[in-house]
This record gives sequence, C-alpha cells and structure tokens, in this order.
Amino acid sequence: MDKKTAVYICTGCGIGDVLNIEQLKEEGTADFGIDVIKDHPFLCGQEGVDLIKQDIEGEGVNTVVIAACSHRVNYDTFNFGRDVIVQRVNLREQVAWSQAPKEEDTQMLAQDNLKMGCSQAKDTDWVQPYKAEEPYSKDILVVGGGLAGMTAALEAAKAGYRAVIVEKEDKLGGFLGRMKSTVTLPYKALSETGAAQLIQKVEDEPKIKVYTSASVEKVSGGPGLFSVDIKANGNSATERIGAIVQATGWVPYDANKLGHLGYGKFKDVVTNVEMEEMAAAGKITRPSDGGDVKNVLFIQCAGSRDPEHLPYCSSVCCMVSMKQATYVKEQNPEAVNYILYKDVRTVGQSEDFYRKAQNDGNVFIRGAATQLGEAGGKLFVEADDELLGEKIKIEDLDMVVLAVGMVPASRPETTPRIKAPADAAGADENGMIEVAPDSGFFANSALHLAYRQGPELPTLKYGFPDSHFICFPYETRRTGIYTAGCLRRPMETAKAIEDAVGAAMKAIQCTEATAAGKAVHPRAGDMTFPEFNMQRCTQCKRCTEECPFGAINEDEKGNPLPNPTRCRRCGVCMGACPERIISFKNYSVGMIGNMIKSVHVPEEDEKKPRVICLICENDALPALDMAGIKRMKWSPYIRFVPMRCLGSMNLVWIADSLSRGIDGILLFGCRHGDDYQCHFVKGSELANTRLGKVSETLDRLALESDRVRFEEVGITDYHRIPGIIEEFMKKIEEVGPNPYKGW
Amino acid sequence: MADVQTTSQAILVVGGGMSGITAALEAAEAGYDVVLVERNPYLGGRVTQLYQYFPKLCPPNCGLEINFRRMRQNPKVRFFTMAEVASISGREGDYDVTVKMAPRYVNEKCTCCGKCAEACEAEIDNPFNYGMDKIKAAYLPHEFAFPMRYILDPSIVGTDQGKKCLDACEYGAIDPDMKETTFDLKVGAIVWAAGWNPYDAAKIDYYGFGEYKNVITNVMMERMAAPNGPTGGRILRPSDKKEPKNIAFIQCAGSRDENHLPYCSGICCLASLKQTTYVRERKPDCDIAIFFIDIRALDRLEDFYVKVQADRKVAFIKSKIANITEDEGTGNLILEGENTRTGEQILMNFDMVVLATGMVPNRIELDAAPDVTHDEYGFFTNNPEQPGIYGAGCVRTPTDVASSVQDATAGALKAIQSIARR
Repeated sequence: MDKKTAVYICTGCGIGDVLNIEQLKEEGTADFGIDVIKDHPFLCGQEGVDLIKQDIEGEGVNTVVIAACSHRVNYDTFNFGRDVIVQRVNLREQVAWSQAPKEEDTQMLAQDNLKMGCSQAKDTDWVQPYKAEEPYSKDILVVGGGLAGMTAALEAAKAGYRAVIVEKEDKLGGFLGRMKSTVTLPYKALSETGAAQLIQKVEDEPKIKVYTSASVEKVSGGPGLFSVDIKANGNSATERIGAIVQATGWVPYDANKLGHLGYGKFKDVVTNVEMEEMAAAGKITRPSDGGDVKNVLFIQCAGSRDPEHLPYCSSVCCMVSMKQATYVKEQNPEAVNYILYKDVRTVGQSEDFYRKAQNDGNVFIRGAATQLGEAGGKLFVEADDELLGEKIKIEDLDMVVLAVGMVPASRPETTPRIKAPADAAGADENGMIEVAPDSGFFANSALHLAYRQGPELPTLKYGFPDSHFICFPYETRRTGIYTAGCLRRPMETAKAIEDAVGAAMKAIQCTEATAAGKAVHPRAGDMTFPEFNMQRCTQCKRCTEECPFGAINEDEKGNPLPNPTRCRRCGVCMGACPERIISFKNYSVGMIGNMIKSVHVPEEDEKKPRVICLICENDALPALDMAGIKRMKWSPYIRFVPMRCLGSMNLVWIADSLSRGIDGILLFGCRHGDDYQCHFVKGSELANTRLGKVSETLDRLALESDRVRFEEVGITDYHRIPGIIEEFMKKIEEVGPNPYKGW
Repeated sequence: MADVQTTSQAILVVGGGMSGITAALEAAEAGYDVVLVERNPYLGGRVTQLYQYFPKLCPPNCGLEINFRRMRQNPKVRFFTMAEVASISGREGDYDVTVKMAPRYVNEKCTCCGKCAEACEAEIDNPFNYGMDKIKAAYLPHEFAFPMRYILDPSIVGTDQGKKCLDACEYGAIDPDMKETTFDLKVGAIVWAAGWNPYDAAKIDYYGFGEYKNVITNVMMERMAAPNGPTGGRILRPSDKKEPKNIAFIQCAGSRDENHLPYCSGICCLASLKQTTYVRERKPDCDIAIFFIDIRALDRLEDFYVKVQADRKVAFIKSKIANITEDEGTGNLILEGENTRTGEQILMNFDMVVLATGMVPNRIELDAAPDVTHDEYGFFTNNPEQPGIYGAGCVRTPTDVASSVQDATAGALKAIQSIARR
C-alpha cells in the first residue's frame, strides 16, 4: 500500500508553551515526504480527533504520526482501525514535562523525537498475520491422566474443545486412584476421592480420547500445529494438537535415603504413601506381623525442609498425616496418634481440619526426632520436644509413618550430561557437561519435543517446570505448553483441580489466538512475526540458541527453521543475528537504525553531546513516563528509542551510533539474574552479554568502553532515572566528545 | 456515557483487582466479550497497595503494567471504574445485571496536569494509604493509577473548594454536576472477584490497635515501605516519626482464633518475612522479633523463610502474645505473653508493633442476587448446583498473588463453559 502520512502535533498539556511549534513542524518532518502537517491545542478532544478522521477519509491518509502524550494514554482515542498505522511520538512526558521551556536544547530534542517518529512510521508496514498452510487444530493434548490431567481434559471438553489424554499406566486415576480419602473444602471431615466418578466422566465424555499404557513418542511443530506421535499398547497413533497440558504428577521422595529415620531398618516404619495405599486396600495393619495398630507416630517433614534432601516444603504432608490419623482412629477409636512436627502448615480454611485433628485427641508435638529404635517388637522414638523444652521418649509404637515429600516427575535422578560446546568450561574427560536445570535437556522424558533446544520443558527450581512469574504462573518457557498439578508445584487436591482448570483455559486460549495469527503472553494480540531473509544467513546459529522459547529449529546445515506459532515476538533473534536477516513488519534492524540516523548530531564545537538510550518498553519506558509525570528533570541530550525487549538489541545499532558521532549509548532494561524480571526471560541478560562483545567494536573504533552502559531500571525506579542520566552524562563529559562527529 | 450493549454471550467480572483483571483478560484473549466492573476509581485492587511481592521482592506494577497493556489493546474487554453491581437476577446463561456508577466529577478530558489539586485547599484522609496521611480532595488515587484520571471527593462538590477546582481546569474536565448513573447488562456468566478487606484490628482489644499509635497492621506497614506511601518509603513510628530501633511482628493477630477469624489467611507469615527485608534494607541495625505459632511458608517459599532466618537480627519467638500495653511516656509498647519454647513469661519492650492481620472476603451482599453459597466465614463456594456465578481469588480462599491469578484463570474457563453450554 502506498503511504500517505500525516503528522499531528498537540500543543496542549504545556507542549505549546515549551516549544516553537512552527519550527517543530518544519524541521521535525523535513525529508520525510509528509503530506499533511497540522497542530491542535487539544488533539485528544472530539475536535482534534475529528480533524484526524477527516484527513483519513477525505485525504486518504493512512499513516498518522501523533506527536503528543505517551503511547500509554489515549490509546483508544487515537485508534483509527486496522488500516491506519498510528505512530506515537512523546512530546509531553519526555519533553514538555521534563525539559526547560523555550530552550534550544529542548527544541532540538522535540525535533529529534518527531524525526524518529516519522522515520519509524515510514518503515512500518501493514501487518499480515501468519497463517500456516496446514489447518490449525484446537484440540488439547493432556499428558498424564491423574487428577490434574483428567480435570484439564474434562474442563476443556465442557467448554467445547476436544481433548486427548495420554496416560502411562494401564488405567486413569494417577495417585488419586490410590488414595483412600481426600481432605478438601470445607475441610471439616474426610471426603471421597471421587476418583471412580471422575474416571467414569472422562470415559463417558465423547470429546475426550484416552490412550492408556501409552506414552508420547514425539511432539513436533508448534501451537496450533503440533503433531503428536503416541504409542499405546504397542500401537501407534498420531494426533494433530493445538496446545498441550503436561500433568505428569509426582513421585514420593525416596525414603531409602531416610535410613536415619528407620526406613529400611524396621518394617513398621513406612511412608505416608505406603500408609495411604494400605488404608485404601482395606485395613491398616502392622507390616511386620499383620497385627492391630494402636499407637502411631507420624514424623513430619521427613526429608523435607532439609538441605540434605528436599529443601522445599511439599505443602500437603501436614494435612495428609492428620487425614491418616483419622483413618487410624476410625479403625480403632482407642488408638493414639502422635504427630511430630516442625510447623503445622494448614492454611486457609484447612485450619479447621487441624482444629478437628486436635479435638479428636491426636497429640501434636513440636520437635525433631533424634533416635528411633525397637524394643519388645514395638518401636520407640526419642525427640527434642520444643514446647516442653526437654527430651521425650514415645514408646510402644506399632507404626511410624514418615511424611515424605513430593518430587515432580520431571526431576531426573542424576543431572544429565550432553556433549559440551567447543568453548564451554567444566567439561569432563569425555567432553560432556552437566545440563543446567533451565535447559530443555534436563527434565525426565515426557513430551519428546522435536525442538532444537531440547525435548522437555525447562525447569525452574528443584526440577519443577514452573513459571518464574508471580503474576503469570502458567507461562512456561515453551509457548503453547502448560503445566498443571503437582508437576508444577506440590499442592493439595483442591488446588490441583483449580490449577488444571486454569491450565485448560490457557491451552484453549492459545489455540484460539494462534488460529487468529495472534501471539500470546506477553505480547498478546500481536500479529507480527519474524521473517527470515535466508539468502544472507551464515548458519551461525545464534538465533536458534538464543531464542528464550526454543522457537527456532535447525536443519543439519545449521539453517534456522522458524516456527512462527512458537514465537513470542520478542525480537531476541533479530538482535542476535549478525547479518541482520530477521525482521518484523513493524520492527526491524533497519527501522531502528534509521531512527538513530535521523537524530541530528551537532558538531563538536557546539558542545551538545548526544546519547542514545535503548529503552525496554515493558518496565523501563513506563518508569520514564512516570518520571515525566512527576515533572522530574533530566538532560536534554538524550534520545530514547523504545525496544520490545532489550534482547532485540542488535549490536550494529551501537556501531552505527558510535561511528556517526553519538557520544554514548545507554540501555535501560529489566533485572536479570536469578530473580529476573525480564518478561522474555533471557532478553535483558542477553543484551548485557552482547554489550560485553561491544568492547571489540569500541577497540576497533578506538573509543572508550565507558561510552556504553547497561542500567537495570524497574517500573518503580523512576526516581532513579534523572540521577542515572546525570551520572552518565558526567562520564561522557569526562571521556570527551566522540571523535567521529562530522565524519 | 455507558452505552454498553452486551448479550448473554458476554461475561461479567466483578472486581478489578489482580483476580478480576486476570479473569477478564484470559477470557477476552480466548475470544469472549467481557465487562469488568470495579468499585475503586482505579484498577489493580489491593496489590497496588503493596510495595513488593514475596519471594522475588519485585514491584506489583510490573505485572500490572503488562496486564493493562493487554487490556488497552483488546477491544473485547470493557472496564468501568467507580462501578458497583446493584443487582443480579436470572440464571446461568441469562443474567440481568444492574450496575451503578458513582460520579467521579472528572470526565475523560482530564490530562492529569494536576492543577485542580494545586488549587484545592481541602484535604481528606488518603484512602490509598489507609488514612495514614492526608491528600487533597481533588486527587489522583495513586501515582500509577489506571485509568490515569483525577477524582473529586464528594465532600467538596458544590462548595467553594469544588469551584476552585472547576476554575483551575483548562480542559473542561471537572464536572460538578456529574450524577450517579445506572446501566443494565445482559451476561451469560459472572466471575465474582471482589477481593478482601483487612481484618479490623481494633476488634482485637488486647492489642491496642487504634488506641496505641505505634501499633500498626501489616497493610499499613506495606504502605509505609512504599516510596509513594505516606512517609516517602521510610519506616517511621507514627507517634514521633522516628525510625524504630526495634520492631515486633505479631503473627496470627486475630487469626486462627475462634473469637476473631478462625481460619488462617495463608500469606501473613510470608508478608511479615518480606517486611523484615524492607526494614533491613532501610535500617541494617534494627532488631526484629517475630512472634508466631507456626511459620507457614509453603512449597518453594520455604527458601524465603530460610533466607530470612539467616538474618541474625531477626528473632523467631514461638509465642502467642496475650497483651499489649503502652508506655505512655515513650509511646513504646510492652508485650506480654508466654514463650512457648522456654515456658518463661515474656515482658518485652518495642518501639513499634506490626499486627499481621488476616483477610476478610467481600461476599456477595446485594438486595437482589441469585442463590449463591458462602461458607461460614463468608468465602464464596463454587457450588456445582449453582453454575453461572463463580468466585475467584481471595473471595474463595485467602491466598497469595500467584494462586489468585491461577484461580482467576480457572474462573475464566468456568464462565466460558457457562456460555458454551447455551
């Protein structure tokens, strides 16, 4: 489509008081072939909007540059439909509210902002959403047929979607099927597990297809286009799938490692899982001689909250022991249960069940077991009783139950090793290196993803493939693949059910968005996607390795094979590519390069330095807005260029900037490291790493490394921004002007 | 203004906190029309009043910003602030809802220039800071408010002060004649995500809240630590605005107690642990004591407990403090109780006390509402026999942010099922 561009400058909110608007109109748009240039005192008002609409309808304007307030406000006002490109230029928060009025430097800043906006608008193309050739599937694959898996499938079916369950055992049910009872809302008494009814519902539901004695052999493709090979009972099947929920559950912590608590030494020391299975089978009896059970001691946190075993808490074991104490008393009302605990963790309304367990006469002892032994065919336990402040000995015990924790099915016994890349440190004598827990090669097999970055979901901590984000708990590092239930975090049945319903929601949403050509979180609704100009590709593999979501596969020659439906549109690949072959319709290396080139660089004798700041639009840019809203002041010599993610930064921008005489480059982005905030996981970290490589460029240009700096700026760090800028400008003054000015 | 046309294919989400926003967005991004109704003049609910989340110690605004961005670009979500549900009638798949919108007295022309606040001389207790400071009666609810628009407190409308605001506005954004409006919606399903209120600590009379200045609650502590709070982010004793040399946290204040809230609110342990890091950040030598019954740091949040335990200046004392009195001369608090571990009587003096109080759910209390079930504590129960209205977040069970989001995501699907069933 031919561009007909119009520029509208709002002079309200103080913008008109601070700038020479006529000069801005002329110099800010020169050389861009702008057909229409207007200003208005109140552009977001009805009259202002009508003015723009008239030009769209009457003059055929299809690209509109709005030089006014931040893009974060009036977004609905300045929306003229899909066929009109809208480019926002910030003259308010970044100019009128934060700079000195009527100063030459302020004018130059405004002009540069407008020029960058015009340049960006010129390079923006209309978006064509990605549409695969094959038909999209909206079916959901659920791996794991336990409580979470069955629930996810049923809930998807209830919403009208077809689900496929792959269960490795010969029947559905998972651990739920092996429990006697459960404890759930309202936590007043034991509840039926409901396993049989749930299984029946699943089997009766026409929208659900169940494979038992089955496993996933391979998953290839991407959201909407997954091709899943399943092997069941010796037969093979292939399903076309839209999104995946992995609900492969957990295994109990290996109690053989708890010899110090008597497991393996004394037959009557069992785990909570063994206790549950015994109860479900009919009767709880002493394993050693089948005798009746009168006195039972439960040791809580057996191998949990223990750096030597499982450092984390499995959250359910307190309630499980109380539940099992109830079994014991149901069998024999004269029975005495002792529960030896560190902390009792019955949160929410489940506190009622704790109250009941106490009222039932169960003895709760806060302390740690120090010794376990046998005397006269019965067990005894010595413990440090915290509340009595003395050592106690509980004798005559028929059974000791170790409340062990949950280990997710994804967690490998030993850390896997893979062939070390050429330059990797820490390789052993076979050239193998330990795989990091957040790698796709770490977790136990379940999905067999045919992804270049590994066959399984990256894990977060302790082997759980969970999201690192508190606000977005379902966002794993693989698009269209969600986790649910105890695989994700140890949780009780009530929570696992809700978790599965939520995972089904995310899976359904993903299939719908993908079929419409839209991205999912965090750039939900984005219809652009990266396009690769393969002619210039040198097979360096940086894009395939650095993509935080494993969206790009590789052929044998190292050519990237993009999978647009796996893509989150962050642009990390675009930033990584040294040949600059990757671009989006409205975001490309050339576009940003041109924006930077449109900035006017004054001659050295004018003593007006220029700094480009690449600023992440997720957190740092809102922080900058806020600094402007607070009327904070900062240097007029800095030009802000918004990025989808700092990970999309291409080093050529830095080289180009420096060779044009730009004095310094700042990067404002999210926190990286263990407690990363970066919404694209690795983006901020990659930008920082790439900066390290910039020193080569700087050396080549004989420039100081002080000219380039990364600063972590979170959304609430707005008050730090003026100080950071001031400090950087001081440093730039110290190192002196870039000698390449005027070249 | 609200010419809202909805069909029974739409979903109503009541409450624009973290749960409500999530339920609305997840349903909208799956292709459904959603109307979100929020009582406050801004979205975000109680998480906007937190300084940081545990365990990452990250700012709530980070996730909120992404959610607001999702909302901005999704025409399927329409949200209304200053709005409350007045009545609900009908059944699953076919509800008639009446929504009342209180007047903000500021219209869409507001540019947040701040001139009305400058001109206004009247002040009110700042609701965002739990009344710990005062704010002008023409105000922006908080600096990150979304939507970003000022509001006039009803107390100045029709007065001199109101006129000052009107005169100061260059954009015609002040509208003192704004009236309460009502509009009707037809929706197929409802997600009730109305959140919670902090338990009224004044009811725990042996702790002296409301009487002794230096006894505050956990939510007030959260505001104090926030740079946009009443003290600019400094933790200060209310009585003399001095930095406390020592602070006591009393866990389960009015919780796990049949005389107050019998249930456990799940997050207060972690919130207090988090707040010790706030104190430590500002005052490396402040002594902290946490009086607890059990420390409830579930699953991998145990790591956070371990991290705080490593802080040598945080003492964990197992005790239920029985009584607090005030040393009138200094404003210090005297705590009495039994140290359950040693059996000794505690008599300790602290500069400031933080009561870790629990959450009280906002149950559906309308003159006209269909049958819904609440448990004896007021928590919404998703009853399979009463489909169509679903509770999500802390109305259902007291919990942390990640779980609220998880719950709200589930709520969105349940609402979709109610519509799909039609």
